[in-house]
Amino acid sequence: MFKILSEQEIAPAVHRLVVAAPRIAAARQPGQFVIVRAAEGAERIPLTIADADSAAGTITLIVQAVGDGTRRIIEQARAGSLRDVAGPLGRPTEIERFGNVACVGGGVGTAVLFPLAKALAAAGNAVTAIIGGRSKGLVILHQEMAEFCRQVLVTTEDGSMGIKGFVTAALAELLAAPADSAQRPAAVYAVGPVPMMRAVAEQTRPAGIRTIVSLNPIMVDGTGMCGGCRVTVGGQIRFACVDGPEFDGHAVDYAELSSRQNAYLDPRCKLDEQLAASQKKGSRA
Amino acid sequence: MADPTENRSLTPKERLAIGRVAMPQQDPAARVTNFSEVNLGLEESAAVMEARRCLMCKNRPCVAGCPVGVRIPEFLEQVAQGNFATAAEILYGDNALPAIAGRVCPQERQCEEVCVRGKKGQSVAIGWLERFIADWSAAHGFTAAAAKPAATGYRVAVVGSGPGGLTAAGELAKRGHDVTIFEALHDSGGVLRYGIPEFRLPKRIVDAEVAGLVSLGVKIEFNVVVGKTITVPDMLKDFDACFIANGAGLPVFLNVPGENLKGVYSANEYLTRVNLMGAWKGSQSSTPIARGATAVVFGGGNTAMDSVRTARRLGSQRAVLAYRRGRAEMPARAEEVAHAEEEGIEFMFLVAPVEILGDAQGWVRAVKLQRMELGEPDASGRRRPVVVPGSDFELPAELVIVAVGTKANPLLTRTCPQLALNPWGNIIADENHMTSIPGVFAGGDIVRGGATVILAMGDGKEAAGRIDQYLRQNKTPRR
Ligand SMILES: Cc1cc2nc3c(=O)[nH]c(=O)nc-3n(C[C@H](O)[C@H](O)[C@H](O)COP(=O)(O)OP(=O)(O)OC[C@H]3O[C@@H](n4cnc5c(N)ncnc54)[C@H](O)[C@@H]3O)c2cc1C
Ligand SMILES: Cc1cc2nc3c(=O)[nH]c(=O)nc-3n(C[C@H](O)[C@H](O)[C@H](O)COP(=O)(O)OP(=O)(O)OC[C@H]3O[C@@H](n4cnc5c(N)ncnc54)[C@H](O)[C@@H]3O)c2cc1C
Ligand code: SF4
Ligand code: SF4
Ligand code: FES
Repeated sequence: MFKILSEQEIAPAVHRLVVAAPRIAAARQPGQFVIVRAAEGAERIPLTIADADSAAGTITLIVQAVGDGTRRIIEQARAGSLRDVAGPLGRPTEIERFGNVACVGGGVGTAVLFPLAKALAAAGNAVTAIIGGRSKGLVILHQEMAEFCRQVLVTTEDGSMGIKGFVTAALAELLAAPADSAQRPAAVYAVGPVPMMRAVAEQTRPAGIRTIVSLNPIMVDGTGMCGGCRVTVGGQIRFACVDGPEFDGHAVDYAELSSRQNAYLDPRCKLDEQLAASQKKGSRA
Repeated sequence: MADPTENRSLTPKERLAIGRVAMPQQDPAARVTNFSEVNLGLEESAAVMEARRCLMCKNRPCVAGCPVGVRIPEFLEQVAQGNFATAAEILYGDNALPAIAGRVCPQERQCEEVCVRGKKGQSVAIGWLERFIADWSAAHGFTAAAAKPAATGYRVAVVGSGPGGLTAAGELAKRGHDVTIFEALHDSGGVLRYGIPEFRLPKRIVDAEVAGLVSLGVKIEFNVVVGKTITVPDMLKDFDACFIANGAGLPVFLNVPGENLKGVYSANEYLTRVNLMGAWKGSQSSTPIARGATAVVFGGGNTAMDSVRTARRLGSQRAVLAYRRGRAEMPARAEEVAHAEEEGIEFMFLVAPVEILGDAQGWVRAVKLQRMELGEPDASGRRRPVVVPGSDFELPAELVIVAVGTKANPLLTRTCPQLALNPWGNIIADENHMTSIPGVFAGGDIVRGGATVILAMGDGKEAAGRIDQYLRQNKTPRR
């Protein structure tokens, strides 16, 4: 059992949990994640370690309740504890001194981005954060980011906060700056929905700006045992849970990732319909 | 109960006249619709009769054929006399997990292969009798557990709760050591839990074994991924010795186009979703699983057999096992092959995958195969399959499972560079099961590569003895 020390809704359906997990708090490095199983019989859900306090023995998770698995985590967290929290998993972010770095986060991707941005800033980079949400209420962590970022640009689709539009528009402006200016990033980190990461990678590709994305395929064990999290990067199979979750944004097969992410939304998992269809065709004895 | 004198008075001729018992089974038509155990177990009278087939050979070849050296003729003699409790005492003295070994051991290649009665006719059904005694013991509340020994003040860490780790932990606890198992997953058993399906090894049996260990004082800490949460060097600060049995782990893929289509699984993922996560329970489980009217499984081992039989149970009308070599080369247990055939599994021999084909939505729709023929024997002595040119053909499939082996998981070893590995990443252990680090022992699949349950258990048992010696010679007890 892992005790929940605090639970707070920081945006609609986005919750911040502080979990007592001393071993994970001590071992964790930015870029790593945990696998959470809310209760007996629940799914194993990967979540980034947004922050940690090794002295207090706690880790912070930021969870967007999008489906049954994540909703159950919130429910159990409110009841005081989570049954299983395993980690830290994945490779830590390779923190380099680039100079100017842009950190682009979309939706709950901002939570995944937060520890990376913090570590990049701590290593002496000048970090510009670009955080997007559909509207004001959905923008998360902009105040926390402001504590260590040189600037925080917020974009909303409805213009209710910051720049109206997508994160890519704000990034385009930075990329348009002269190569030696204090605006222009030497590296870009992008975390969010797959179409967003893909769009960012396309933006930075022409200038060959180093672009790192954090991928979120469906996972089971998180230790390399199942291969369910496999992604194609540079034409090769990689396991996101052990080789990632961060990869070279210019080498990722995003179409395959999107397709695999929606596997369990597809009615194909329902055999009865398939059998009925094949019987109709009379194709099988 | 059987007359105890009756067994002793049987002449060899009379013993030879008794035919091998048949294992009562669930009807194939019924069992492809459920996950209940296929083998139902022997009746008492059938078990006694089967044990009487044993010739009590003086040179006991069967004992040498068993990796843990179960005193087979001794325990069979007690079964033949109806002394089940005495039989259990002998059996549990040699094998801590007979309910598991009796169900999953490849007996026909071990104890039963060398059984004298098998030379002309059929061997004694040693595995079934082992299972019989284990189940009898469970049903009659028989426990071989000795009184809890005095604490020695030594602390031992065990990595992994598969058969190797569980056996080592039990043996160490029986010697009075304070044992903690660190397990990466949220539940115990390793392959016994996440790999081998319920219809072959009911999970209540694994639960009972684990409960037994806990009652001996063994602690199990779940969700600890050694190499990530803590490292082996960390553990050595808190423990006096350590036994690593973290299994094999990483799935090998085919390396053909289309392998990342939806509906293509590694056997590890498929079986983990079904067994560990309970997807076989349908709507009672929160873990989804893709199903398909036609399932194609690549491989010829136990893992492939478990996958294809599982797919059949999850509704595939046509479940095909596609194997590169011939029937005689299949490494799967003979019993699994026979059961699979009864369940209507289709075997395709001498075929290899060329490509997996998908539809517009990214789901698998067919596999492209090519025919092989057997050429010259390779290093393993098995005849190597070679491609028949121009023999490609397509087989429609909505579900594809890849069960062509596993390799060593580097998570633990990467964070412990002092640990010597072989070129395949397996930990090197000496004849005392000690690794290159003093006080760190290892066994099971991580040392042997893909092996068997009983070999992992044998390693665990032997290593526990060596760890005990090591502690007494090299460490001062705590407290
Ligand atoms: C390394 C990693 C780190 C992550 N960090 C965070 C985080 O910090 N905060 C957070 O809120 N979420 C994070 N996620 C995503 C989170 O794991 C998924 O949102 C969650 O698994 C969805 O489960 P569900 O049962 O609630 O939703 P479902 O009902 O299963 O599905 C909801 C939607 O999410 C998709 N989905 C299902 N499983 C996954 C998955 N494992 N990853 C991505 N999409 C999935 C589905 O296709 C569907 O579109 C992370 C994922 C990974 C792989
Ligand atoms: C589907 C399938 C069917 C099989 N059928 C048979 C059969 O019928 N008969 C037979 O004899 N053999 C069979 N085998 C082989 C047999 O199961 C293995 O040889 C045996 O389980 C090996 O035992 P082990 O203790 O070494 O490892 P495992 O059983 O693999 O257990 C290893 C444990 O360690 C844990 N672990 C891994 N890494 C870490 C880490 N870093 N930190 C902490 N914990 C970790 C794992 O989660 C797991 O619980 C089968 C294998 C499979 C996959
Ligand atoms: S443990 Fe396996 S090999 Fe040994 S006697 Fe039992 S079935 Fe035979
Ligand atoms: S070899 Fe066969 S017949 Fe001989 S003692 Fe062993 S089990 Fe009995
Ligand atoms: S989640 Fe299973 S291998 Fe990555």
